[in-house]
Amino acid sequence: MRREKLRALSPLEEPGPPTDLRVRQLRARDLLRGDLEGAALEQHVKESVLTTTLDRTMRWGRANSIFPATFGLACCAIEMMSIVSPRYDIARFGAENMRASPRQADMLILSGRVAIKMAPVIRRLYDQMLEPKWVISMGACSSSGGMFANYAVVQGADKFMPVDIHVPGCPPRAEALVYGFNKLQRMILGNPDPGWRRRYNAIGTEEWAREAPSEAAREEAEAYAAAREASTAHNAELAGESG
Amino acid sequence: MPDAPGLELIAQDLNEAAEGSVLGTYHEHGQACLIVDPERILEVLGWLRDSPGQEYRFLCSLHGVDYLPAEPRFGVVYELLNMPRVERLRVRAALRDPAASAHDGEPGRPPSRRRGGDRSDELLPEIDSCVSLFPTAEFHEREVYDFFGILFRGHPDLRRILMPEDYVGWPQRRDFPIGGEPVIFTHNEREVPRWYE
Repeated sequence: MRREKLRALSPLEEPGPPTDLRVRQLRARDLLRGDLEGAALEQHVKESVLTTTLDRTMRWGRANSIFPATFGLACCAIEMMSIVSPRYDIARFGAENMRASPRQADMLILSGRVAIKMAPVIRRLYDQMLEPKWVISMGACSSSGGMFANYAVVQGADKFMPVDIHVPGCPPRAEALVYGFNKLQRMILGNPDPGWRRRYNAIGTEEWAREAPSEAAREEAEAYAAAREASTAHNAELAGESG
Repeated sequence: MPDAPGLELIAQDLNEAAEGSVLGTYHEHGQACLIVDPERILEVLGWLRDSPGQEYRFLCSLHGVDYLPAEPRFGVVYELLNMPRVERLRVRAALRDPAASAHDGEPGRPPSRRRGGDRSDELLPEIDSCVSLFPTAEFHEREVYDFFGILFRGHPDLRRILMPEDYVGWPQRRDFPIGGEPVIFTHNEREVPRWYE
């Protein structure tokens, strides 16, 4: 009686009959025995086998098992350290294992200003990392020189190495860095959230997508174009009415 | 800290020991300073370090200054400390910019040339190194050389210390460009065409 009440309250879908699991169990046993044939076999395969491409599986695996390099440059590194703390916990996304050697890492977080004397060192670290590798430029300084517009600091780390994600802030909060990391994961999966590119009609201009825009990006672009047409038509209509 | 009369006494004694080496004194904010002839800096520092009653045996700091519109343009400042009496004395040597006087055609001491580097014909101000008196000055003088381009005669290893070895220019001089890049806003994006590429 009590259980019925709970079910009525719950917005979730009604669970299957209690015998369902038992039925599947028995079917699996029959399959192993070789007794399952015809429609029953088809049904079992449909329920228990997932098909995908090798490429997609690899990307899924890479995105969810990233090894960041233990590498701090300046004050942003203090914020970067807290992403592995229980409060922000980047282990939720499978990147909690900070490697002490670039040869075991596949993500570099540039956390701070890059002095001109440090640039060749960073470039060497980056070159030592194994492919595939990604770089997050954290904070204003490593993205553009930030407040250090002077003779000693490189005005943006992407002058001497490729950077995938720029996280703005001075310093960015740990949440921002985790958000940037999630963006990187989407990029690795080939399914990026266009974000500002949707607003500014810039879908398909991503550097990594110039060669061959991904399926998702093309769909987004089409959807955007349709929405834009509709809204311009609507505006023209309104203008006609008032005029 | 020697007070103002004490500073004058030091200057007087110093002028007796090394004739004409003190060009001036000033006492401001409770700090005593001797302005000395850069050509006799070793005599002055040696006298202040060794003569009884002075014994400023510790060189706290040695730094360069660029007073660009003024002439003499450069200053090398020595901060001396007497540990037992906890007395501090500043010694300042003002250096002319040989590059400027070469342009003006003023007669002066023939300036020497910077060793090595790609701008070896550049004229640099010079002063005697005090590493023989205060070994700690070695890195301080390298730093002054690195940032202001002041040559220290007799320094055992005068190389850049903080900037990369192949760096060109003297970044703390006042006529050195600050660097950086212009930030593009909507009001000045026309001044930098196709900045987004």
